[in-house]
Amino acid sequence: MSFRRLPLFVLLLSSAAVAQPQMSPQPVVTATSPAAEQDEGGLTGSVSDETPWQDLGIAIPTFATNADVATQTSAGSTAGLGRALADVITSDLKNNGLFKPTGPDALPQPSFGQIVAPDFGVWSGRGAEMLVHGYVRANGDGSLTVGCYLYDVALRQQLVKGGWQVPPSDWRRTAHKCADLVYSRLSGESPFFDSKIAYIAETGPKDRRMKRLAIMDSDGANHRYITTGQAIALTPRYAPDYRSLLYLSYFNGYPRIYVYDLETGKQRLITQSTNPTFAPRWSPDGKWILYSMAIGGNTDIYKISAAGGGEPQRLTNTPGINIGGSFSPDGSKIVFESDRSGGQQIYVMNADGSDQKRISFFGGRAATPEWSPRGDQIAFTHIAGNFRIAVISPSGSNLRYLTDSWQDEAPTWSPNGRIVQFFRTEKGSGRTGIWQVDLTGRNERKLPTPVDASDPAWGPVRP
Amino acid sequence: MTIRNAHPKTALKLGAALLLAGALTLSGCAKKAPAELPPPPAPTTAVETPAPATVSGPTPGSQADFVASMMGQDTIYFDTDRYNIDNADAAALTAQAQWLMKYPGKKATIEGHADERGTREYNLALGERRATAAKNYLVSLGLDAGRLTTVSYGKERPVALGSDEASWAKNRRAVTVTID
Repeated sequence: MSFRRLPLFVLLLSSAAVAQPQMSPQPVVTATSPAAEQDEGGLTGSVSDETPWQDLGIAIPTFATNADVATQTSAGSTAGLGRALADVITSDLKNNGLFKPTGPDALPQPSFGQIVAPDFGVWSGRGAEMLVHGYVRANGDGSLTVGCYLYDVALRQQLVKGGWQVPPSDWRRTAHKCADLVYSRLSGESPFFDSKIAYIAETGPKDRRMKRLAIMDSDGANHRYITTGQAIALTPRYAPDYRSLLYLSYFNGYPRIYVYDLETGKQRLITQSTNPTFAPRWSPDGKWILYSMAIGGNTDIYKISAAGGGEPQRLTNTPGINIGGSFSPDGSKIVFESDRSGGQQIYVMNADGSDQKRISFFGGRAATPEWSPRGDQIAFTHIAGNFRIAVISPSGSNLRYLTDSWQDEAPTWSPNGRIVQFFRTEKGSGRTGIWQVDLTGRNERKLPTPVDASDPAWGPVRP
Repeated sequence: MTIRNAHPKTALKLGAALLLAGALTLSGCAKKAPAELPPPPAPTTAVETPAPATVSGPTPGSQADFVASMMGQDTIYFDTDRYNIDNADAAALTAQAQWLMKYPGKKATIEGHADERGTREYNLALGERRATAAKNYLVSLGLDAGRLTTVSYGKERPVALGSDEASWAKNRRAVTVTID
């Protein structure tokens, strides 16, 4: 099961790529000509568009194919796949506040030859600023090759290209890789679409809710339940290498943290103790596991080797509840939650437990801190009446709210630190859903899940 | 008449009557538990016990007997974010201890719970803290600690389903369950 990034010379359609040295992440707005507005479909719907004016119009027509042949994918033949790929890319690029993508339904379909030689006149006439072209080819061994090209329409130049050869089951990953290529080239940010999310799927009445561990792609596709729901499952965290998951299970009746091996389907306790364990977290390099353990009603944070077998190190030692913990990206510090001063507040310590300092001093309670993968922000749940997702700097300053609802909690970060994911509980019914919000707080969306969902945790971008 | 098969409205009226009765029983000591507490435990037990020829209650020493004998005092209630044992809790735990001392072979689990207005992980730790507070009090009354275990359900298993103060007060609890 290989996912191969093709060297450039393998690309079916090579082209004289003259990469633009510098693209502004927030491109200058260009006035849409009245003539373009009368054009049908395409990118000319800006009149009724409510998104911020700096959104960049990207046309993403159907990917072309050299020959329309059957594939072993859910999307059908290579022609059907070409459309599905463009749809997935369009959907990825929506809702993050940077782009205004237009998908294949509203666009003319380029020919195979036009993939490397776009008809720029057509696209500039539609008001497109950027153009994504691509192709699909079915290989003799059943694998698929997908190529992806990004063009600047005004400059009539190719900005970036990529190509991947994959087994049919991984076809969606090539679309996410293409979206990542476009996203990072145009925004200057790191990619994140080709990643997975672990979460808790919830069904049933409020007092007997079934909670199952589940995983899915970053866009909700390829959904899979991991546990049956016989034991309550909570608070999963993907291992940085995607091979395993940490989570809490009531397997055997008591809450304990397990490492679940996704390849073998087996799980093991992270520590042999009769005490309850909560709130599992990985270190960024995957070598350490943080967990919280209650002894005699007092909860403290511990660190143990992820390889298993080592002695746990106790990091906190104060009366009260010390819980959670999230490493800084360089692994040197840990941000965590403690009620040692009364209510829940946020503290930072060195990774060995030394130098514990409170950083939240803005009233209310502050819970579930998570360090951004970029290191510059900490996302958390602020409790002052309602439960809101907010960010602060690692020193505790610059409090900014990202959401405003009755109960939003448990933020975790996208791999590139641009988007915060959390779960929202509905007052009364107790129904839950996973939501994502960008760092401006303006672009919020609910992630599609088959049933109610909570405790989302993003894994890293896949290689 | 069985309550289980009763018309919903009839069941509601019955429930209300029982709740009132419960409130009267507790009126002297229920400081922070909601006035209509405790929920009536007896009906389900009575319904599920097959009716033999002779007059009967639950088997002495069973969990059903414990629930019936406690008349709501199998559960103690806490203020928001608190885990201290107040006078009402102490009275309930004393009643529990007396029952448990009558049946020295019996073990019990104390389930700690929190209301929905807390973050999930903190509530797990808080539920454990509440269950442990109840356990420690029982041990201080002379019960063998080896007979008692604790488990926290955090906010995952509410008994009152509303999103209001009255429901939250019922959910901030520690419930003693004897093991049959």
